Amino acid sequence: MSTQIEQQETESESEQEAESAVESPGDRRRAQKQQRLDEQKQAEREESTLDDEETITLKVFRYDPEVEGKQEPRFDDFVVPFHKGMTILDALIYARDQYDSSLTFRHSCRQAVCGSDALFVNGRQRLGCKTQIAELESPVRIEPLPHQEVVKDLVVDMEHFYDQMEAVEPYFDADELPDDELEEQRQSRENREKVKMSTRCIWCGACMSSCNIAAGDNEYLGPAAINKAYRFAMDEREGADRKQERLRIIEQEHGVWRCQTQFSCTEVCPKDIPLTEHIQELKREAVKNNLKFW
Amino acid sequence: MYEHDVIVVGAGGAGLRAAIAAHEEGADVALVTKLHPVRSHTGAAEGGINAALREGDSWDLHAYDTMKGSDYLGDAPAIDTFAKDAPEEVIQIEHWGMPFSREDDGRVSQRPFGGMSFPRTTYAGAETGHHLLHTMYEQAVKRGIEVYDEWYVTNLAVTDHEDPEDRTCHGCVAYDIKSGEIHGFRAKNGVILATGGLGQAFDHTTNAVANTGDGCAMAYRAGVPMEDMEMIQFHPTTLPSTGVLISEGVRGEGGILYNEDEERFMFEHGYANNDGELASRDVVSRAELTEVNAGRGIEDEYVHLDMRHLGEERILDRLENILHLAEDFEGVDGLDEPMPVKPGQHYAMGGVETDENGETCIEGLYAAGETACVSLHGANRLGGNALPELLVFGARAGHHAAGKDMKVAEIETGPSAKSEDGAVEPPVAPGAVDAGSDDVVADGGAAATPKGVVKGTVEEERQRVEELLEADGINHAEVRADVQETMTQRVNVFREEDGLKQALREIKDARREYGNVAVADPSRTYNTDLIHTIETRNILDVAEAITIGALAREEFRGAHWRAEHQERKDDEWIKHTMLAWNDGEPELYYKPVVLEGDEETYEPKERSY
Ligand SMILES: Cc1cc2nc3c(=O)[nH]c(=O)nc-3n(C[C@H](O)[C@H](O)[C@H](O)COP(=O)(O)OP(=O)(O)OC[C@H]3O[C@@H](n4cnc5c(N)ncnc54)[C@H](O)[C@@H]3O)c2cc1C
Ligand code: SF4
Ligand code: FES
Repeated sequence: MSTQIEQQETESESEQEAESAVESPGDRRRAQKQQRLDEQKQAEREESTLDDEETITLKVFRYDPEVEGKQEPRFDDFVVPFHKGMTILDALIYARDQYDSSLTFRHSCRQAVCGSDALFVNGRQRLGCKTQIAELESPVRIEPLPHQEVVKDLVVDMEHFYDQMEAVEPYFDADELPDDELEEQRQSRENREKVKMSTRCIWCGACMSSCNIAAGDNEYLGPAAINKAYRFAMDEREGADRKQERLRIIEQEHGVWRCQTQFSCTEVCPKDIPLTEHIQELKREAVKNNLKFW
Repeated sequence: MYEHDVIVVGAGGAGLRAAIAAHEEGADVALVTKLHPVRSHTGAAEGGINAALREGDSWDLHAYDTMKGSDYLGDAPAIDTFAKDAPEEVIQIEHWGMPFSREDDGRVSQRPFGGMSFPRTTYAGAETGHHLLHTMYEQAVKRGIEVYDEWYVTNLAVTDHEDPEDRTCHGCVAYDIKSGEIHGFRAKNGVILATGGLGQAFDHTTNAVANTGDGCAMAYRAGVPMEDMEMIQFHPTTLPSTGVLISEGVRGEGGILYNEDEERFMFEHGYANNDGELASRDVVSRAELTEVNAGRGIEDEYVHLDMRHLGEERILDRLENILHLAEDFEGVDGLDEPMPVKPGQHYAMGGVETDENGETCIEGLYAAGETACVSLHGANRLGGNALPELLVFGARAGHHAAGKDMKVAEIETGPSAKSEDGAVEPPVAPGAVDAGSDDVVADGGAAATPKGVVKGTVEEERQRVEELLEADGINHAEVRADVQETMTQRVNVFREEDGLKQALREIKDARREYGNVAVADPSRTYNTDLIHTIETRNILDVAEAITIGALAREEFRGAHWRAEHQERKDDEWIKHTMLAWNDGEPELYYKPVVLEGDEETYEPKERSY
C-alpha cells in the first residue's frame, strides 16, 4: 500500500514551536508532542515509496486557528490508492485514517441524507459522499464551502445558514386541525406532488455557498430558506392567512426580489430541487397577492 | 455549568420527540447533540412507519405481529403500549405537517411490509425518515426548544452508590466540539439518552458514522444493564460496496430476489413458501447468505434485487430515491438492471434497559429510540416499527422526565429484576483492562450535592481529555478497524461458538491496544480525532456486550443464529440476557420475558412466513 503524503511548509515549524512562549506545563507537553509527531511523520514520508497501485492526488485545504503552522491557510497533498466506486468522502477518510488524523471534515450518513459534507471540489459545491472520484479531473482540489467562515480545515461555520433557515418560520402551522386526533388532514396527491421536491432539502448549504447574491448580501435569505418558505406557502393544508404571512416574510427587502435568476443554486443542489423555479414562483405569488390589495 | 429541567442527549427522532413532550409538560428542556439535529441518522430511514390506522386493522393485530416478529422475546407491556400509542403519534406528526404519500381521497397511504398481517406501513416516498426528522425539528424550532448542537456528551454524572438502583443521574458532561471546552450540564429532573444505533461496531453497516453506541456504553458504565445485546438485525438488502440500504419498500412493492441462476430462491429453495421476499429480515438475510455459501451468489458475494417489472411510473412515485441510491453508490440503473444486494448490520434490538416509561434503574436517567431496549423488538424488529417506537417511547420518556404522572410501569428494571445468574465461559475475562481507573461514577467526595456530582464528573473528563491530548500513542482508527472487522467476520448473521470465543479474544486485544491510544491532533478547535477516539472506547464496550450475549444464548431465535444450536429453546430461553458493568467486570444475568399482555397472554408459536 502506498503511504506517501506530501505536506508543504510543515517541516520548519517544529523548531519554532519549541521556542515559542508556552504557558502551562500542559501546553509545553503538547508542543513537545507535536514536535515528536512531526519528526515521525517526516521520517515516514521519507521511507515510503509509491508502488504500482493506481492513485489519486488530493489537494486539501488546511487551516487551524490554534495550531502553529496551520494558522496560515495552505494546501496539503495526499496520495490515496484509487479504486472504482470511490467517492471524495472515501478518499478523505482514507487520508485521515492513514496519514493525518488531524484532517478535519464533517460527515456522517455516507448516503446523501445528512447534508453534512458539502464541500468545494474542483471549483464546485458537491456532497463528498455522493461524488465519484472517477468523474473528476486529477489532482482533486478540495476546499471548504466558499463564502462561509472556516472553522478548521474543511469545516465551515453553518450558523448563518441555520439563522436564515429559521428566519422564514420553517414549521407547519395549520389554521385548523381535525377534531378527532386520529383523523388526518386531507391533502390531495397533486398538492403533495407540488411541494414534494421542496421537502427534500437536507440543509447542506451548497446552494447558499454558490449564490453570488448571498455572497454580496449577508442578509439575503438565500435559496434554501426561500425554498423552505415555498414548502409551506404551497402546502394547501395551511390556511390563507398563514400564506399571507409567509409571503410577507419572503417579500422583505432581502427576500425573493434579490434573486437574479442565475441558476447557480439549482445547478449545485444535490437533491435536484428546482430552487430558482421555486423562487420565481414565489415572486409570482407575491405579485398576485399584492394585486389583490390594489 | 448549564442547567435545565430535562436534558435530552441526541436529537434524532427519539430525542426530538422526547424534547417536545417534555416541553409540552412545561419543562425547560435542552437538546445536546453531537450532530446538528437534521444530520441525525433518523433522516436515513426509508421505508415507513407502522400504525393501525384503518378499518380492518387494530392495535392488537399490530401487537400480535410485533410479538410474533420478536420471536417471543418482546415484553408484552412494551408491545401493547407501543401498538396502542402508535396511531395517535403517527397522526400527530401528520398534523405537524409531515408530507406523507397520499391516496386519492387525501388520506395517508399505507403499504404492506414484512411480517405485518395488514398493510399498515405509512410512508413518505422512500424518504420517510428524512421527512419525519425534519418535521420534528421544525416543531422543536417552533417551540423554541434550546439546542446545543455539535456538543459531544462524553459522560453521565451519576451518584456513587453501591447498588445502581440507589444511584441518581444529575446531568452529564459535554464537549463543545467547536471550541473544545468541556462543561457540565445539570438536569434538575432527568437526562434522556437518545443517541441512536451502534452500527459502527461492524464494518458493513447501514448506519451512519456517528452511530457509535455512545448512549448505550455510557449508561452501561454508569450501572444500567444492557439488554439482549446479541440481537442485532442484519438487513437483507444493502448495497455491497457501501452498506447503503435499499428499503424493504422495494420488496413491499413487489421487488423480487434472484440468485446467480436467476432462480427466485425465496420460493424455489423453500426459505419462505408463503411470504417469499416479504418474510422477515432474519429469514431473508440467512437465505441470501445460504445461497452465496452454496455457490449460487453473484461474484460469490451478493444476490440480485429486481424491481424493473414494477414499471417506471410506480418506481418513480414510490421508490424514486432508491434509483438515486443505486446509481450514486453502486453505479446501477434500477430501471434497467437488477440491483446487487447483501445483508448488512442494520439495527440493534438490544440496548439500555428501560421500562415502558423510558426509565432506567438509575433515577433520573431515561433512554429512548434505538439506544434503548424497552424490549419491543425482542429477537427481531419488523420493518417500520422503529420510527413509531421512537415517537411512542420518546414521548413517554419526555413526559415522565418532565414530571407527568404516568401509570406505574409493569416492566421491572435493574439488578432486582434478576431471575438467575448467567452462564458463559468467555476465553478471556471481559471488561476493562485496567478496571478501576476509568470508572465513570462520580466519586463520593463530590457527590454530596447534585451540582457536586456534575462538577466532579466534569473534572474527571477534563483530565481524561487532557491525557488523551498529551500522550503519545497509536491512532484510534487502527483499533476501531480491528473491532469492526472482528464483528463482521465472527459475530455476523451466522455465529459459531469458536468464532465467538475468538472474537472475545480479539476484542480484549483491541482493549489492550486502546490502552495506548492517543490523539495526534493537538488542537482544541473542532477536534474530530479526539471525538472519534472517545467513540472508539464505546464501540469496544458494545461490541463486547454483543459477543458475550451471543455466546451465552445457546439457541436459535430471531436474528440470533447459532451453528451448534439449531432450534428455538422455549423452555430455557424465553428470557433476556442482561450485562451489568459492575466496575469494569461485566456480569451476565437473566431476566424473564413478560408474555402477559393487556388482553391475553401471548403463546409462543412457530414463526413461519
Ligand atoms: C438506513 C436505515 C433505514 C431505516 N429505515 C427505517 C424504516 O423505514 N422504518 C423504521 O421504522 N425504521 C427504520 N430504520 C431504523 C430507524 O431509522 C432508527 O432506528 C431510528 O431512526 C433511530 O433514531 P434515534 O432517534 O434513536 O437515533 P438517531 O436518529 O441516530 O439520532 C441519534 C442522535 O444522537 C446524537 N448523539 C449520539 N451520540 C451522542 C453523544 N455522545 N453526544 C451527543 N449526541 C449524541 C446524534 O447527534 C443524533 O442526534 C432505518 C435505519 C437505517 C439505518
Ligand atoms: S436546497 Fe439543495 S443545495 Fe440548498 S441546502 Fe437544500 S439540499 Fe442543499
Ligand atoms: S455524509 Fe451525509 S450527506 Fe454526505
